[in-house]
Amino acid sequence: MNAQAIAAQSAESLQQIPLSHGLALAAALFCVGAVGMLIRRNILFTLMSLEICTNAVALAFVAAGAHWGNPDGQVMYVFVVTLAAAEVAIALALVLLFYRRHHTLDIDQLAAMRD
Amino acid sequence: MSALTVLIAGFPLLGFLCLACAPLLIRRPLSESASAIIGVGSVALSAVAWAILATHHASPAYVHLWQWVSLPPLRVDFALYVDALTITMLGVITGVGLLIHLFAAGYMRGDDGYRRFFAYLNLFVGAMALLVMADNLVLLYLGWELVGLCSFLLIGFWYRNPENARAAGKAFLMTRIGDTALLIGIIALFWQTNTLGIQAAMAALQDPGHNDRMLAICALLLLAGAVGKSAQIPLQTWLPDAMAGPTPVSALIHAATMVTAGVYLIARCHALFQSSAMAMQTVAIIGTATLLVAGSSALVQTDIKRVLAYSTISQLGYMFAALGAGAFSAAIFHLVTHAFFKALLFLAAGATILRVRHKQSLDAMGGLARRLPFLCACFGVGCANLAALPLTAGYFSKEHLLLAIWHNQPPWLWWCALIGAAITGMYSFRIFYRIFFGPVKANDISRLPPAATRWQMGVPLVALGLLALAGGWIAPPLESIFVDAHAEPASLVVGIAGTLATLLGIALCWWFLARRPGSQALGLCREFLRQGWGFDALYQRLFVRPVLWISRVNRGDIVTQIYRGISALSLGANQFLSRAQNGTLRWYMATLLAATLLLLLVVHALARVSGP
Repeated sequence: MNAQAIAAQSAESLQQIPLSHGLALAAALFCVGAVGMLIRRNILFTLMSLEICTNAVALAFVAAGAHWGNPDGQVMYVFVVTLAAAEVAIALALVLLFYRRHHTLDIDQLAAMRD
Repeated sequence: MSALTVLIAGFPLLGFLCLACAPLLIRRPLSESASAIIGVGSVALSAVAWAILATHHASPAYVHLWQWVSLPPLRVDFALYVDALTITMLGVITGVGLLIHLFAAGYMRGDDGYRRFFAYLNLFVGAMALLVMADNLVLLYLGWELVGLCSFLLIGFWYRNPENARAAGKAFLMTRIGDTALLIGIIALFWQTNTLGIQAAMAALQDPGHNDRMLAICALLLLAGAVGKSAQIPLQTWLPDAMAGPTPVSALIHAATMVTAGVYLIARCHALFQSSAMAMQTVAIIGTATLLVAGSSALVQTDIKRVLAYSTISQLGYMFAALGAGAFSAAIFHLVTHAFFKALLFLAAGATILRVRHKQSLDAMGGLARRLPFLCACFGVGCANLAALPLTAGYFSKEHLLLAIWHNQPPWLWWCALIGAAITGMYSFRIFYRIFFGPVKANDISRLPPAATRWQMGVPLVALGLLALAGGWIAPPLESIFVDAHAEPASLVVGIAGTLATLLGIALCWWFLARRPGSQALGLCREFLRQGWGFDALYQRLFVRPVLWISRVNRGDIVTQIYRGISALSLGANQFLSRAQNGTLRWYMATLLAATLLLLLVVHALARVSGP
């Protein structure tokens, strides 16, 4: 079985899932991430929630791309993953600095930087 | 000829420049003697120039100096016009001016502003000479404003006292009302006659085809200017307050010369006034009303200088009444004799005030005749003139006035003038009696060391006294200019009536002073008169308070409030929005989500509305 056949088969199997199911899952994931961002004070959990949101969006792209038989959805997914990696790298560096300075991971303490 | 006329105004102006610039040139304060020599000397030279002009040159003469403004058809020349009227006025200005300058040299000795004082006085004499020599109305207006400025500066000469500064401001504002009317009148006259030259305009009036109503309005506007300058009703309230200035200033500016500028203006433009019977009648009524109001106010004043100020207003009222009767030469004659005796009275009062340690209240004086016999004699001569006792200069001029009013005015105006004569007799006698006779007051005046009057002060007093006694025999030769309305022969009855009224007034005053009747009604009446018939209070209610009220209402400036509102709105919006930036990340996220949700909903709704 060559690679093209595998891709065609997987696309076929994905197409069997209705678009609404994929989008509902993406929305649910996004809501989980958003609520997590709003209610968690620990900065690490905030970052994790952010990742969930990002992945929810990426899932929506993939589902839509599969539904229309368009590879652009998967291209966008690659971009989103790249963006998420860069974001996490910078964000973790900032968290580290923040922790060294304030000896806490409470995100609300960041408000002190406003003054 | 032309050189002489220029010099008459030029010497005092040069003196003013020297005195004003001296500290810049010699780099140290000018000594008192130098100031006095420059100040008095310039006016003395001016008086000499006048004497040569008056005796050696035929008038009228026209001196064209240079062209000032040329905007056809408007053409203003810097030109002087000298006729018998001008020469008479110049004689008063330079002659009496010289004597008062000499007096001031002694009177002001030791004052900090000695140089400044003479600088202002010289500027005044130069400006006044310019005023009476001006050939056109614009030049006259220049002189008119300059003398007003000098009056302001000299009333407020001791400016450290806020009262004096207030009096100066009041004089300036009150005369300004008249000056504005005068300016409008000049423009209106130019509109009607197409020329600004006084002689040319008066000649143009003879041509037929003028709008009589417009000419009457011009005359009334000019009259308003004269009323302001000469302190007639309703603009008379500034003159009593103007006594805040030094006494020589009161003598020169507020008695002898500047306040008579209004009389001069009307006499100079007599053709315009004669063209409107209504304007002439207005002049006569204003004059008569003023002489009664001011005369009765003079009866009860307690400050020497205020008595003299009210008597000046009253005498100016006589001049206006005579002008209204068409007796221009009689008015100018009274102007001249009044300048002599009122200057004498002011200078004698000033010398007296100086001797009693700057007390001006009549209540603090009394029985000074024995201490100050010379001043008593001078003041007595002045009072006799003021009351117009027979054979004094004031008698001759006043007789002319009464005669003119008798012949050319309705009888009630003549009766008013006669009552005015009685009142004049009363207040003249009262002030003389209360200063020099009457009970000696318990004060230190009687223990003052005997001091000789300085010669600078004595000489002018003697000279003015002689002029006041003999001045009546030299009536100014004005027949060539005015065709006086009273061509009728002198009436013995009228002359006797005037003298009788005066003597009656003196007798009445004697009776009052001896008996001192007092009642509450009389006290109220006295207070009313002392306030000058309440004109100040009336103006306070009519003009000052409404203006203050409006300014209080509009304190925040309503237009500015609009702009303030805009800035307050922007500031409020800024503060509201900056509160959203509170530094809490979770709050940012929440707002971000909410806003996105809102935006989506809006887009959705819009799509539903506009969709198929």
